[in-house]
Amino acid sequence: MVNDKGFYGTFGGAFIPEMLFANVEELKDRYLDIMSEPSFQEEMNQLLHDYVGRPTPLYFAKRLSQKYDANIYLKREDLNHTGAHKINNTIGQILLAQRLGKKRIIAETGAGQHGVATATVCALMGIECVVYMGEIDIERQAPNVSRMKMLGATVVPATSGSKTLKDATNEAIRDWINNPVDTHYIIGSVVGPHPYPDMVARFQAVISEEMKAQLLEQTGNEDPDIIVACVGGGSNAAGAFYHYLDTNTRLVAVEAAGLGIDSGESAATSVLGTKGIIHGSRTLLMQTPDGQIIEPYSISAGLDYPGIGPLHAHLIDTGRAEAISITDDEALDAAFMLTRLEGIIPALESAHAFASLEKMSWQSDDVIVINLSGRGDKDLSTYIKRMEEK
Amino acid sequence: MNRIDKIIHDKSRELLNIYFTAGYPHLDDTRDIILALDRAGTDIIEIGMPYSDPMADGPTIQESGTAAITNGMTLETLFGQLDKIREETQVPLLLMGYLNQVMQYGLEAFVASGKRVGIDGLIIPDLPMDIYEEEIKDIITEAGLHMIFLITPQTSSERIRKIDQLAGGFIYMVSSASITGARQEITPAQLDYFYRVNDMDLKNPRLIGFGISNHQTFQQACEFARGAIIGSAFIKHLAANKDRVVSATEEFVHSIRNEVSDKALS
Ligand SMILES: Cc1ncc(COP(=O)(O)O)c(C=O)c1O
Repeated sequence: MVNDKGFYGTFGGAFIPEMLFANVEELKDRYLDIMSEPSFQEEMNQLLHDYVGRPTPLYFAKRLSQKYDANIYLKREDLNHTGAHKINNTIGQILLAQRLGKKRIIAETGAGQHGVATATVCALMGIECVVYMGEIDIERQAPNVSRMKMLGATVVPATSGSKTLKDATNEAIRDWINNPVDTHYIIGSVVGPHPYPDMVARFQAVISEEMKAQLLEQTGNEDPDIIVACVGGGSNAAGAFYHYLDTNTRLVAVEAAGLGIDSGESAATSVLGTKGIIHGSRTLLMQTPDGQIIEPYSISAGLDYPGIGPLHAHLIDTGRAEAISITDDEALDAAFMLTRLEGIIPALESAHAFASLEKMSWQSDDVIVINLSGRGDKDLSTYIKRMEEK
Repeated sequence: MNRIDKIIHDKSRELLNIYFTAGYPHLDDTRDIILALDRAGTDIIEIGMPYSDPMADGPTIQESGTAAITNGMTLETLFGQLDKIREETQVPLLLMGYLNQVMQYGLEAFVASGKRVGIDGLIIPDLPMDIYEEEIKDIITEAGLHMIFLITPQTSSERIRKIDQLAGGFIYMVSSASITGARQEITPAQLDYFYRVNDMDLKNPRLIGFGISNHQTFQQACEFARGAIIGSAFIKHLAANKDRVVSATEEFVHSIRNEVSDKALS
């Protein structure tokens, strides 16, 4: 999929200052070898099984299927330890960091899910952990901030720019520049310079690997007709699409439209974005004609990112994946719909994926898999507010 | 002859290169700052193109960039401000910014505009060497511009050799593993690095940057290189003297050149 310089078609690469070169080069030279070591595989698989709780169930959502006249299955990433898919990646990267001899971990986080997943594996391994988080996200995802602190991580507010995920990522990159020898940067999505997008996609690929076996068992066919996943940077979607890239399965990437595509308050990168460079990757991003990165907006902190991983930029650009954008309101409605129909409170990010059911068409015997990337505990205050308003 | 090569040829030591952010503190300060820097004895001037997400820069430069963008600075405006600057000064001028800005302006248009106003070189820290070689080098060299590359204490000797082959003008030697503006004193580990690169006998001269803030650190850096680059310290000085940009600029350069007490600056 990715070439040796880290490009997916024309997207990707490693556009980094010299100060980061040695770190990124070390990672690039070693990630594939380390990941294929039997002892690495064994340790990772055991942790994913015993600690994270994998495989996660593939659940046939009967009432949801009735409502939408399709066969809808949910890939239950919300049932992972710490409540989202993010831990698939942090388990992999912490084992990698150990093999690189790193003594300190840094991470960025938006919704706090990746921060919690990173703080968790650092506690597990007894490694120092510093998480950068936008000041605004610290406010709107307060429970996750407390969890990170309880896990022993230092949470550093990012106060520059829009004070959200993009700025937390800038701060984490700067930390890495200042601490090049002992520190590993665990990026939380399929973004950043090569090899991150490929490495994170490989760690998340367990999602579609399990899906294949589970679908075969439950439906007799390992290929569904449609896979739907929300996209912030795109890691849960990359994991859900990974083993289906070369099939005929429709791949649907759901972005956050915020207050609406044309409202000026949006994070729908595939619609509003143009080709440019963000966080070391050539991809689609929201920017002014002068190349200044635009501050995005979404009610969901995990989707509030002005770029999109280069893999997704390539899939959308070549027509392999379709993009759908969902507003705050539509996502909130979908969260309540899923909760009442199936007894599952989804993360706001994942709720965007469910809202896309209102905007797609299919045949009634189609099999649709929705990647339920995380659970909604962290979003309860937003949901409570919504109930009070209605 | 490219003006950078000329100054390097004409002046054998203690080259002073100063960075400022275009459009800061006020949108229209660009020319005044360039001319004041030149008058006061700056050898090379780096004009920062303000960027929303300057990944290699520290808070001082980022904040000045944010303020400049808020002031309305764009590349179009900047090239307008630099129009005919060559009628007033022959000081070497570099543009420093990030690759996304150049991409959006269009590489060829950017080089043409730079050429038109009399730019001598570019510093684009997030431009990878291989992309430069494959996609950009021909356009830059054809226009007679120099692309300046950075090296750091982590850069391998092999890579430094390769950079030395590709680079024009000078090599920007980042003094320590850091973003701009992060350090104060020169440490023993940095000295080792300076000696190591000194011994490599590179074809390009080196200027040391990052953390150079006053006469003393400037002098120290000049012992190991042809000169030094100052950015954040100058921006801080401008920030403290927004109402008198020209005199503040001149006194800053004088303070670097001559042993004046740092207390005179604030
Ligand atoms: C539950 C959940 N889903 C999705 C995302 C978006 O990230 P990605 O696009 O990398 O999957 C996040 C990010 O925080 C998240 O917490």
